[in-house]
Amino acid sequence: MAKRIDVSDLTIFYGDFRAVADVTVSIEPRSVTALIGPSGCGKSTFLRSLNRMHEVLPGTRVEGKVVMDGEDLYGPGVDPVEVRRHIGMVFQRPNPFPTMSIYDNVAAGIRLNARKMQKADLDDLVERSLLGANLWKEVKDRLNRPASALSGGQQQRLCIARAIAVEPDVLLMDEPASALDPISTLAIEDLMTELKERFTIVIVTHNMQQAARVSEQTGFFTIDGPGQPGRLIEFNATEKIFSNPDEQATEDYISGRFG
Amino acid sequence: MSQNSAPQAPAGASVATSLAGAGLRSRRRRKATDRLMTFLVYGAFAVTLIPLLSLVFEVVRRGMARLDGEFFTSSMVGIVGKGGGVYHAIFGTLIITGLTVVISVPIGLLTAIYLVEYGTGRLKKAITFLVDVMTGIPSIVAGLFAYALFAIFFGPGIRLGIIGSVALSVLMIPVVVRSAEEVLKLVPTELREASYALGVPKWRTIVKVILPTAIAGLGTGVTLAIARIIGETAPLLVTVGITNATNLDPVNGRMATLPVFAYYQLTQPGVPPEFAIDRAWTAALVLIMLVMGLNLVARLISRFFAPKTGR
Repeated sequence: MAKRIDVSDLTIFYGDFRAVADVTVSIEPRSVTALIGPSGCGKSTFLRSLNRMHEVLPGTRVEGKVVMDGEDLYGPGVDPVEVRRHIGMVFQRPNPFPTMSIYDNVAAGIRLNARKMQKADLDDLVERSLLGANLWKEVKDRLNRPASALSGGQQQRLCIARAIAVEPDVLLMDEPASALDPISTLAIEDLMTELKERFTIVIVTHNMQQAARVSEQTGFFTIDGPGQPGRLIEFNATEKIFSNPDEQATEDYISGRFG
Repeated sequence: MSQNSAPQAPAGASVATSLAGAGLRSRRRRKATDRLMTFLVYGAFAVTLIPLLSLVFEVVRRGMARLDGEFFTSSMVGIVGKGGGVYHAIFGTLIITGLTVVISVPIGLLTAIYLVEYGTGRLKKAITFLVDVMTGIPSIVAGLFAYALFAIFFGPGIRLGIIGSVALSVLMIPVVVRSAEEVLKLVPTELREASYALGVPKWRTIVKVILPTAIAGLGTGVTLAIARIIGETAPLLVTVGITNATNLDPVNGRMATLPVFAYYQLTQPGVPPEFAIDRAWTAALVLIMLVMGLNLVARLISRFFAPKTGR
């Protein structure tokens, strides 16, 4: 069930270093929100903070609020592991579990958490997730083969299937197609258009045309200079950002004057 | 008259003044250096290989004499001179080594998991330092430590199989920690991230994702650690002693082990000595065969359990 996320005054620290400062934004449910900007300006850091994945690195902390469904994800007593069960993530390089088959990979979210499910229900779930990721037809006859036997584009779709199998509220995608060829990229983009009916999707991308193609809202991040924190300069409807942005910095980036 | 088109120095000019001449000299120098280096490398290889081959050859030659059925099916009970075997010593080695594995692998593996997945700061540094120190402990010291420990409770002169296992564990644990640490570090971070992103807690990620991915390397590391301690003699001399009869109980009295058996056959052969010396050589041969077998098992584990790619 797609949910909305409201971020207020979020600042992310690595130790003493401010990586991202004062981000306030609302992510709409059932839509694709793209985050663009030059390298190193905190887009991925911000994305990871939405499901508390940045905490995997030691010494990170956060000020501000990220509210989903009326609950602050950074509130006291909130378990990051539980947060990640509701907000899933797909990474830049496909990372299926190498010791598991295709079926086991999709079922991993259920199995690894020791959630009990009847075999028949699990079969259904795997099939639905693979259908949802547009991978079912290609792998339905070899579900028990190792996942690493798939091509790059197929592995990435497998990772998407794995992420949606746990039925998260939000799906975060960190440059999901940047390691793939153009045909696979197109496949992933079409997939996003289908998936946004069911999930809230936030994607970080370096590819501006991709952002223009798939998203409804776009946020532009940038950095003032080396050692400065990344900031969200502008957040608007995608058509506006790419045709008539409010900020000069956005205009400069879009037209390729820098970054 | 050399009126040819080949690049050659005109008669009378020194070879060094032409490009071709300079090329020729440096080519000759390079060839000479290449030959010297080839000779040195192959020579070093031979120097390394010769003692190893000669050792294997000698042990096989002298050990073959007693590779008979009696050797593997009888102990030394009632034997004076001819006959006898290592039935009791083989089982002693297997039992004591087995107990050592049971003690060392959990401790070593859990330590490695802590160091790689959870450790930070001073505690991690302290543990790493102590493990490094442990890798250098002389085997006799490990034996004396284990003996002294049990002597506190059981009095001096105590000899038990399990004390030997404790001593060998002191030697085996750091080897297991080191190799397990290396293998666990090789598991890519992206696998951990994939698991965390699914909302899987850290300990489950370790048990169900990281360990299965690393199992081939872990198996190999453990097998090689076993191969290292299986032939340690000094600690077993002071903790387990020797016996002529078969004793399969590690908590009750002395046991025989292959290395200590060979030691006593060699140093207390009795009269005439040839029979004991033959037995010592064959015991050494059996030990070498065990180590070779373990190395083969390590390779098989690595091949069989490595994540399949199927491409």
